[in-house]
Amino acid sequence: MSAVLAVEGLSRRFGALSACEDVSLTLQPGEIHALIGPNGAGKSTLIAMIAGSLAPDAGRILLGGADVTPEASVARARRGLARTFQISSLAMQATVLENAMLGALGRRGGVFRPFRRVARDAGLCRAAEAALARVGLADHAGRVTAELSHGQRRQLEVAVALTLKPRAFLMDEPMAGLGAEGSRAMTALLDGLRREAPILLVEHDMDAVFALADRITVLDYGRVIASGTRAEIRAHPAVRAAYLGAEA
Amino acid sequence: MRREDWLTLALLAGLGAVGLAAWAAGEPFTVTLATRAAILALAGVGLNIALGLGGMVSLGHAVFFGIGGYAMGILASHAQSFTPLLTAPVPIAGTQSMPVIWVVAVLAGALAALAIGALSLRTSGVYFIMITLAFGQMFFYFAISWPAYGGEDGLSIYVRNGFPGLNTLDPIQFFAIAYALLVVVVAFAGRLAASPLGLALDAARQNPERVRAVGIDAYRVRLAGFVISGAVTALAGALFADLNRFVSPAMFSWQTSGEIMIFVILGGVGRLAGPVAGAALFVFLEHWLGGLSEFWLIYLGALLLGIVLFARGGLIGLVAGARR
Repeated sequence: MSAVLAVEGLSRRFGALSACEDVSLTLQPGEIHALIGPNGAGKSTLIAMIAGSLAPDAGRILLGGADVTPEASVARARRGLARTFQISSLAMQATVLENAMLGALGRRGGVFRPFRRVARDAGLCRAAEAALARVGLADHAGRVTAELSHGQRRQLEVAVALTLKPRAFLMDEPMAGLGAEGSRAMTALLDGLRREAPILLVEHDMDAVFALADRITVLDYGRVIASGTRAEIRAHPAVRAAYLGAEA
Repeated sequence: MRREDWLTLALLAGLGAVGLAAWAAGEPFTVTLATRAAILALAGVGLNIALGLGGMVSLGHAVFFGIGGYAMGILASHAQSFTPLLTAPVPIAGTQSMPVIWVVAVLAGALAALAIGALSLRTSGVYFIMITLAFGQMFFYFAISWPAYGGEDGLSIYVRNGFPGLNTLDPIQFFAIAYALLVVVVAFAGRLAASPLGLALDAARQNPERVRAVGIDAYRVRLAGFVISGAVTALAGALFADLNRFVSPAMFSWQTSGEIMIFVILGGVGRLAGPVAGAALFVFLEHWLGGLSEFWLIYLGALLLGIVLFARGGLIGLVAGARR
């Protein structure tokens, strides 16, 4: 099976610090691939390079078999890479529905039409409403995004990603700041998403990672120290030493 | 309809009523003041598309206002002196037809906005403000040092340009033209805000990273908004020059950019009828306070300070509440 997303030998230095060193990983259809590692392990750098907001010093990024390394984040999003942010990144003064419509608009195209009416565009409205219903925000469509709770904003991030009907999701700590209940709801939501598109999941919440991930890659000091199934990672001595510690 | 939509209609109707009432009362000077308010409001509506909808704080919109003015001045001066504008490669004569002048002004404004926007929008924040200001100054000094069209003295047009079927020298008829254009452009700006481009501009103002993450090029979206904004302000410039039958480099000055911004801020940034309220208040104060003291700008400054500190939504915000 060919990988939806492949990262080959990706490296990035910040001065003397090697934030990412020769990292390779793949994202296969239908899977959730979790990326874990202690703070400062290079996860955010890796995500930024995959999303296209940071240029790597070396290595390649392949999306659906095509080399997208020289492309900007906009082009990668258009190729079907849907990113959710560690800190919710939404149009806060716009309504929940408008945020979802923006995603649907990005997916469909046709931005430069000053005489069309967004609200009367049945295709956009349907796509946006379906995504909101999927994450459980259907009743909040008319609210201003800034009024949403933290957890609802996390859900809206996922809804916007859903409107893109992506080939792959790139999710940076979707559970961040969620309580136990919120994490459980988000876990259930992500569990269902992998059938639509595989998820590369960066997450600190180990319960969620071990509940969801088909494969886990562990980063430490910018390098991959282990990669494998849940059971393999749980048993891996280097991982236990570097990261899981008493938790495992 | 939301409360703000009613207010927009009421303000437009009010401005029309002032013009008509002044005409009925035989006060042509007041009609001309209302015309001035309508034209300045139009310039503000243009800036508001960039500033309010797209979050582009342009301190160089005098460029487009001046380009509209000079489009009128250059075309009309050739027409009144019966000299062709261009002989080669194709002969182009001047014109004193308003519709033709408007089309030229809008196209020239759009083209200038495309060039200035393409460069300026690579920056943001205070750099964007400074680079747009710098472009404004470039055009200002160019106009001063270009002797062919009056240089520092500007250009006078003896007879106001014509509109088919109307006597444009009659104040109420010229008011009707300016007012009708204002209504059309306000309606267009409302439509734009509700369009896909409006949605993307609104989101790009709030969070460009989000716009890029859904695969929409925030730079191109902003550039499109900036071009539309410049074109509308250029149209206002052509009308303003026609109102005064005079064009001068002052239309390009940074004070003009600042005044257009004042209309928007007084009325309410990003509010559809904000520039209408702001320009009407400005013209009223200019006339009324200006009659009391030549230092009337001090009071305008105090008012502006009060609005910025205590009513961020401007006059529209005071009446219709916060912008969503």
